[in-house]
Amino acid sequence: MATLVAPIKTSPVEDAEALQKALKGWGTDEKTVIAILGHRNVYQRQQIRKSYEEIFQEDLIKRLESELSGDFERAVYRWMLEPADRNAVLANVAIKSGSKGYHVIVEIACVLSPEEVLAVRRAYHNRYNRSLEEDVATNTTGHLRQLLVGLVTSFRYGGDEINARLAKSEADILHESVKEKKGNHEEAIRILTTRSKTQLMATFNCYRDDHGTSITKVLRNAIKKIGTDEDAITRVVVSRAEKDLKHIKEVYYKRNSVHLEDAVAMEISGDYKKFILTLMGKQD
Amino acid sequence: MAFNQELEALTKAFSGHGVDEKSLVTILGKWDPLERESFRKNTPHSFIEDHERHFQRWDDHYVRLLKHEFVRFKNAVVLWTMHPWERDARLVKEALKKGPSAYGVLVEVACTRSSEELLGARKAYHSLFDHSIEEDVASHIHGIERKLLVALVSAYRYEGTKVKDETAKSEAKILSNAIKNVHKKPINEDDEVIRILATRSNKHLRAVYKHYKEIAGKNLDEDLDDLRFKETVQCLCTPQIYFSKVLNAALRIDVDKNTKKSLTRVIVTRADIDIKDIKTEYHNLYGVSLPQNIEEVARGNYKDFLLNLIARG
Repeated sequence: MATLVAPIKTSPVEDAEALQKALKGWGTDEKTVIAILGHRNVYQRQQIRKSYEEIFQEDLIKRLESELSGDFERAVYRWMLEPADRNAVLANVAIKSGSKGYHVIVEIACVLSPEEVLAVRRAYHNRYNRSLEEDVATNTTGHLRQLLVGLVTSFRYGGDEINARLAKSEADILHESVKEKKGNHEEAIRILTTRSKTQLMATFNCYRDDHGTSITKVLRNAIKKIGTDEDAITRVVVSRAEKDLKHIKEVYYKRNSVHLEDAVAMEISGDYKKFILTLMGKQD
Repeated sequence: MAFNQELEALTKAFSGHGVDEKSLVTILGKWDPLERESFRKNTPHSFIEDHERHFQRWDDHYVRLLKHEFVRFKNAVVLWTMHPWERDARLVKEALKKGPSAYGVLVEVACTRSSEELLGARKAYHSLFDHSIEEDVASHIHGIERKLLVALVSAYRYEGTKVKDETAKSEAKILSNAIKNVHKKPINEDDEVIRILATRSNKHLRAVYKHYKEIAGKNLDEDLDDLRFKETVQCLCTPQIYFSKVLNAALRIDVDKNTKKSLTRVIVTRADIDIKDIKTEYHNLYGVSLPQNIEEVARGNYKDFLLNLIARG
């Protein structure tokens, strides 16, 4: 469930004009920017951008980029992009940031549906004149390259069929690869990067049943964990506010006995904080 | 026609790619029993003389081959009518089933289709076979070819015109070094070579191909010994030459049945794309026109169908 609170009927022309007023002149009326954009869904935001262009002959995003700054600017910029374009930008940033960014690539490739990943790849073509896999490949080596390129180029089958015998044999392969240093990593990479999600779930269940531990725990330790940072907060909130951030909040509370908004609010400040909390459903 | 001429015509009707249905109808269809016996006695590779019991019987093996020739036209029609996505998905599936000798088809499909066409084939594959292409390629192929082939079928290459020439130059150098060091590290284990061939755009790779020639003096595909890598470069950088070579090999007399099938495959899959350029290249390479070669080697409806397809370009 989404956390974004957006009115059903809005006027893109009125919004565009109000934003132009807020952005012109010496200072910037950040409150208005947050009050409008923080309460518009993806469709409404694209309408506003279009109206702004028509009325003022200027790209709203470029204007926002020049008037805002810091984490706030980054969050609003990403919020304004269409989801596929946004993920392309996130992927590019992640690739450039080296080992700190790999989990973002994994996230984009694994959480999105195959069609959504495809849309990201197309957006990446348009924005950077290269393919996503090209850039991932040139910035990684060895098994990590194989894994990440395999993940971003996958176009997994989406059906519900499960081959139980295969799930068991591939769970054993994963176990061998993860536990033993000399394990067959290429086979493990093959399994993780090509099998359908349903088949992988069955495989992970076998893993848990046969080898006593959850593979997610193991994988989390295997991929370097990065501490909380603003970029991660922006990324998760902006990407999930219209999808399932509410569900994420519930899981977070169950696991940590602290509300996600409170935890986030402690780490960030200013207009950035106001914007993020708005997307998380905070009403003024 | 004198009987000897008819015999000759009928033997011809059964030889080559496809069968000459018209001759079978007009000549064979009117022969009396003595004439047919004469035919059996005069074509020893199709019939076996049973001297003890005084009759001639069809050679079983030959009859099986004959079935393929009658069905060649039907297969061409079915393949031509198919949606290109289904066509490519089925070609890949068939190649995986056939084994290593057919893996060249995987390279062909992955490297000569546009990014959207390859994507469509991947979607069709989901629908037809309940697996993803990369899943099946990865789990069927265990040898050294796996890395390259999985990477090729997974590509979604940039298709624009922007190319960084310095990068192309440096990657040509990487390839040149890799080839020089092949005795230390086999080419199919070289991640950089696979990265370049499987992720870079076509335009970029053609620039690499050009720079390689300047550095090494020879064409990149000529310097690659591994067949799959050679095919990859040919398909990506010089597809019309690649297809001309495949066609020429298919049009020889007495080729194995898989090579024979590539005649249908290439013509059906390229008739809407670049068959005109392939015809030109074919003539450059072999001094004879492709339609003429087909006229000599193919028969009947199959021949007419193919000639119609390539006349469209």
